[in-house]
Amino acid sequence: MSEPKIENLVEITKMSFQHENGKVVFQEVDIVIPKGKIVAIMGPSGTGKTTLLRLIGGQLTPTAGQVMVDGQNIHTLSRKALYQLRTRMGMLFQAGGLFTHLSVFENVAFPLREHTKLSESLIHTLVLMKLQMVGLRGASNLMPSELSGGMARRVALARAIALDPAFIMYDEPFTGQDPISMGVLVKLIRTLNDALGLTSVIVSHDVQEALSISDYVYVISNKKVIGQGTPDAIMQNKTSMELQQFIQGLPDGPVPFDYPANSLEQDFLEGTVNAR
Amino acid sequence: MLDKLTLLGRWGINNLRQLGKAGILLYRALFYPPNFRKGFPLVMQQIYSEGVLSLVIIVVSSLFIGMVLALQGYHTLAKFGSAQQLGVLVALSVTRELGPVVTAILFAGRAGSAVTAEIGLMKATEQLSSMEMMAVDPIHRVISPRFWGGVISMPLLTLIFNATAIYGAYLVGVKWLGLDTGIFWSNMQASVSFQSDVLNGIIKSVVFGIAVVWIAVAQGFESVPTSAGISNATTRSVVYSSLAVLGLDFVLTAMMIGSW
Repeated sequence: MSEPKIENLVEITKMSFQHENGKVVFQEVDIVIPKGKIVAIMGPSGTGKTTLLRLIGGQLTPTAGQVMVDGQNIHTLSRKALYQLRTRMGMLFQAGGLFTHLSVFENVAFPLREHTKLSESLIHTLVLMKLQMVGLRGASNLMPSELSGGMARRVALARAIALDPAFIMYDEPFTGQDPISMGVLVKLIRTLNDALGLTSVIVSHDVQEALSISDYVYVISNKKVIGQGTPDAIMQNKTSMELQQFIQGLPDGPVPFDYPANSLEQDFLEGTVNAR
Repeated sequence: MLDKLTLLGRWGINNLRQLGKAGILLYRALFYPPNFRKGFPLVMQQIYSEGVLSLVIIVVSSLFIGMVLALQGYHTLAKFGSAQQLGVLVALSVTRELGPVVTAILFAGRAGSAVTAEIGLMKATEQLSSMEMMAVDPIHRVISPRFWGGVISMPLLTLIFNATAIYGAYLVGVKWLGLDTGIFWSNMQASVSFQSDVLNGIIKSVVFGIAVVWIAVAQGFESVPTSAGISNATTRSVVYSSLAVLGLDFVLTAMMIGSW
């Protein structure tokens, strides 16, 4: 792969993934993430959105198909090349993933200390700049245990952008945020993306927020991509019932709300505990 | 019948797979030690939290074990009129057996369980994943320092255990029961050989140290990242390492007494 210019930062082609316990998560999924855009990946919980991010980050290996990141097949890279590539990726975890034994300042400084040989005063300046971006410069001396869930997520965001990555993955950035920090966060993701020329992937099931900031949307359900397009096209799409049900949050439709079970007659009328 | 056979097979395969994973982890912790500039402070930190913080339990238990051993030994030895051999009895049993074994079991309970729980929690709260995504290998950064910290701490703790236990025996034998100080120490000196008693004990403690920390880090690293999973892993860590220590002790003793 040596095109002079790579248009798409991530290209997933015919990828399937199956957990060790045999549960199939993806079946021949194709996803393309163009450079400089914000792409939202939506879907009901349990469809493997987080798994998808881990596949892109090279933490999991697909059972079939390939994942190209920045023109390189991420699962055939050597460990060294993979780590090299990861220094240009940021990932915001659902729970933040802050190091509990380090202060907020040290958490944000961690990637800088690991990967650069910057002087202490430069690190100090950089860390405070990143914390200022998320509005937590004043909290730099707190320990992660003293932060609320939303604040922890913002610190984790500051840490994820500490090395100025080219590509950021957000895992459910909007859950657990109050309306104010939600608004700030939505704006921040957009600003970061446009000002620093990043590429962002947002995994979320908050339909409104995700649609409002993304350039392109994929909806995953039941191991497959059930819809894709610009947010407007997704909203206007009348052809796919599955898509409509998810976007509008309807209880009835092709996507089942109930976990697969025996028929009602079998479970309630047969009267034995060990019916199955 | 066939079902049970399948179950047995699955159990066997799962256990082998776990062992394989733990083996790879050990290999990577052993042969990719943290680089010196960054790794040294991390290992020092771990020697503090695994070794220094275990000192209280080690010193107190060894003092009492030494005192009890002296009391029991004195009454038995006195029946044969050889109470002046008390120092020898205590020194030999402590340096050869009790020191390494009891230290290792206490170490498993104090430091091993803490290491397992800490690594398990780091896994459950996505700290290990986020480290990996920041292009920092958690095995270099988290596992290896804990491993080396434990391996270095164990023999040092054993030496301290030995010394305190012998001192406890001295307190009981000489200060309380009235044995002669000179006889107590000189008999001990004459009968305890550095190589076959003290050094062999240290060799044992190094082996136990490797076993205990290996089990602790592997259980933590492979734990199911939920609260139930971590508590199970912690329990398993202590149980497995205690059993491993006792089993290894038998093998090592047989080797040392047999043909070394």
